Amino acid sequence: MIPHILSLCIWIPIAGGVGILMAGNDDRAQLARVLALAFSVATFLLTLPLYIGFDAGTAAMQFVERYRWIPSFNIHYHLGIDGISLPLILLTSFTGMLVVLAGWRVIQRRVAQYFGAFLIMEGLMIGVFSSLDAILFYVFWEAMLIPMFLIIGIWGGPNRIYATIKFFLYTFLGSVLMLVALLYLYFQAHTFEISALYSLKIGMREQVLLFIAFLLAFAVKIPMWPVHTWLPDAHVEAPTGGSVVLAAIMLKMGGYGFLRFSLPILPDASRELSGLMIALSLIAIVYIGFVALVQDDMKKLIAYSSIAHMGFVTLGVFIFSRLGAEGAITQMVSHGFVSGALFLCVGVLYDRLHSRQISDYGGVASRMPVFAAFMMLFAMANAALPGTSGFVGEFLVILGAFKANAWYGIIAATSLITGAAYTLWMYKRVIFGTASSPKVQALKDITLREGLVLGLLAVAVLGIGVWPRPLLHVMHQSVAHLVRQAAASKLG
Amino acid sequence: MNFMPALPLIFLFGSTCAILLIGLYVGERRTSVVYVLSQVALITTVALVIRDAQAAPIVALHGMFVRDRLADLLDIAICLLVVAVFVYSRRYLSDRDMYRTEYFVLALFGVVGMMVINSAAHFLSLYLGLELMALSLYAMVAFQRDSARATEAAMKYFVLGALASGMLLYGMSMLYGVTGSLSIAKVASTISAMPPGNIVLVFGLVFVIVGLLFKIGAVPFHMWIPDVYDGAPTVVTLYIGTAPKVAALALILRLLVGGLQALSPSWREMLVIAAFLSMGVGNVVAISQTNLKRMLAYSAIAHMGFALLGLAAGGREGYADALFYLLIYSVMSLGAFGLVALLSGPGREIEYIDDLKGLSQRNPWIAFLMLLLMFAMAGVPPTAGFYAKLAVIQAAVDAHLIWLAVAAVLFSVVGAYYYLRVVKVMYFDAPEDDRPFVLPLDGKFLFGLNGLSMLLLTPWIGTIIAFCHSAIQGLP
Repeated sequence: MIPHILSLCIWIPIAGGVGILMAGNDDRAQLARVLALAFSVATFLLTLPLYIGFDAGTAAMQFVERYRWIPSFNIHYHLGIDGISLPLILLTSFTGMLVVLAGWRVIQRRVAQYFGAFLIMEGLMIGVFSSLDAILFYVFWEAMLIPMFLIIGIWGGPNRIYATIKFFLYTFLGSVLMLVALLYLYFQAHTFEISALYSLKIGMREQVLLFIAFLLAFAVKIPMWPVHTWLPDAHVEAPTGGSVVLAAIMLKMGGYGFLRFSLPILPDASRELSGLMIALSLIAIVYIGFVALVQDDMKKLIAYSSIAHMGFVTLGVFIFSRLGAEGAITQMVSHGFVSGALFLCVGVLYDRLHSRQISDYGGVASRMPVFAAFMMLFAMANAALPGTSGFVGEFLVILGAFKANAWYGIIAATSLITGAAYTLWMYKRVIFGTASSPKVQALKDITLREGLVLGLLAVAVLGIGVWPRPLLHVMHQSVAHLVRQAAASKLG
Repeated sequence: MNFMPALPLIFLFGSTCAILLIGLYVGERRTSVVYVLSQVALITTVALVIRDAQAAPIVALHGMFVRDRLADLLDIAICLLVVAVFVYSRRYLSDRDMYRTEYFVLALFGVVGMMVINSAAHFLSLYLGLELMALSLYAMVAFQRDSARATEAAMKYFVLGALASGMLLYGMSMLYGVTGSLSIAKVASTISAMPPGNIVLVFGLVFVIVGLLFKIGAVPFHMWIPDVYDGAPTVVTLYIGTAPKVAALALILRLLVGGLQALSPSWREMLVIAAFLSMGVGNVVAISQTNLKRMLAYSAIAHMGFALLGLAAGGREGYADALFYLLIYSVMSLGAFGLVALLSGPGREIEYIDDLKGLSQRNPWIAFLMLLLMFAMAGVPPTAGFYAKLAVIQAAVDAHLIWLAVAAVLFSVVGAYYYLRVVKVMYFDAPEDDRPFVLPLDGKFLFGLNGLSMLLLTPWIGTIIAFCHSAIQGLP
């Protein structure tokens, strides 16, 4: 086994990103691209041994590294993964590769800075998913805002400055209260070790307050209705790569936070407030689904569809069953592939026509048949068609919801209709029909590079859809352990 | 009498006098000699401090002077900060026909004053050091003789500063009236032996606090900060915004923690209010500033609020956290003002935030370092500014001031907005003119070190905090 493999997964992309930043100006753009690809592929290859060497028979943390960092506050550099974080790390490194490929030709301005920022962000995101010390987690969690702020602000659309400042302040505001909550926990447990916080006895009133502080951080990030408004703005203005990372990984950090912090540390408050959480999730699923239906901007539509899909994640988390939690994690991974793929599809169209308005398109299929086939697959996955990854997650969550309360299941299941409606209607308006506008008639089909990116994603979507066992297998023990933790009372 | 503990101080004072004389002889043409000598004097002072750094406190000079870890740490920090200030200001001064002996000599006398404060064990020596520092600062603000703005700023600073010194002195006289002693240690032991609730003591304490809050620039005694920061020549602002802040903390630690620890329930309450107001007013008012120096001035007020948070939390941990916060802040402030001074070339004054437009396209490396400094000031991880905020906020949580901790993090979000605006201007806006920024090599190198320290300190944050803790341990 490779020693310090988690540290390598975090620091190799960051070191690569810094190195690319040093590579400097646009005269050496090609060098920056090649280096970025090399580093992102290397990171992906490095995360593979994590999966191969992972022992699925235990819920304990694996690949643990632990060093003293700030002894005065008992803060450690403590890394490790379990079955919940492993799929998300793989998702991150996989997406990192695709983002580099997707930005290959599109980004022509400040190329080195673009790829540098993405690689640094990739390392930080892997750090979020593998931190076992609360402050280390917080550092990675917040540090990621800086590259994203720059990516939206520099390479974004016309209204990018408003969008990026809103994004930054919104998520920053959400997170700072989590810091106070962590500090409060520190003075109860005298450590920032997450595992030590699991066994801490906390009174009900404190639990509820702490839960709200964590909720603000995670709900903004995931995002839940009604604190979701930053997401459509950020998505619309972000460059394609930024949208992909936002949708595929950053949103998952919110769900991961619920699983890693809220449920095991504050089980009583989580159960107490689960009604509220489920209500908010169902509102997101139903109401945001309808909001998505009326969008005329493709990116905005996918952004709203992301919020609705994240509703399934929070629903799955707060029904406190193995089915629900496994469904939530599967949904996170699947949504990472599907929404990432859809944003890439919109990016492909946008690069050619410089418009995201649905009405500017129509009849794309006649000019770009290969592209239309790929997009068909991802649209079906977004609508949770059986055989695609989208189905597995939603099915598990709905099944769990039915077991918890039939009404939850029924309301959540309406998304199968609305989801199909907004996705397929958009698909119909963009892809089918006659190619009336001359711009559409001049479209060229996808290049080999674009085909490679979409092809890899298609394999992932179909793979999990047809044979989800390799994914579910690694998380069984960890999820079972989590559900036991969430069921136990910590009132003391 | 044993003069040895005061050797670094005596050395710096002697060499400053010598530099003043040498400056007279070498004339205005060769100020570089003075520059080099000043730097050598400061670095030698640091070496002398390190040479006989003391673990146990030594009181010398008839109980006027104390040499302990705290004094050593603060002396070193102040001398190094001023070395950096000199490097940053050299070209700014020579571009503006201000490259004269007086700037360096006044700054060095200011350092002597600060070192006296750091080591004060007696109200008299404390006040002496404070006035030596303050008089040097007044003169430095007025250094640009033909600038009406600088003169106005100096007048405001002088009048308000003298008033604050008067308050402080009046408070000390009341403490003397009650305790019958001017020695800080004796005052401390007398007060702790007295029954609580002595009204004259509290009255004196209020005056002392007013004077201290003025010196550190905390709300509601902050009015002078924006005017002085804005009116003074940038290199003087650079000086005022760094080293004297450290000395002001020394003043508070010596007076309140060293002398009036027995009254800490009273003064902690006052500091809680001042901390809350400073964070609030500083951060909110900074939003509406378009002038970069004024914005940084209000940000300084807000940062002092955060430092007071640590002091208000109380306990040795809280004081150490405040010290850590202030050290990190002084490095950030050094970098931010240093950049303003460095970029202001001949015939160009960086005054407004918009003057930084498009910096990342013209000078990506410098813009990146400034970005680090801005995110550090906003307290965003992984920059050093985050750990500083973490330290003081955890001190507040430890002292059960959770509402204040929540207020602090919310104000830091407000603050993030205006730091982000600087980043926005540098990175997202297009440059307005294409005159290149030419930076002197030494300044550029130092700024690189300064900016990167925000990231590179991360693995050693634990060591630095431990050092601050050990410095505070020496206090009685």
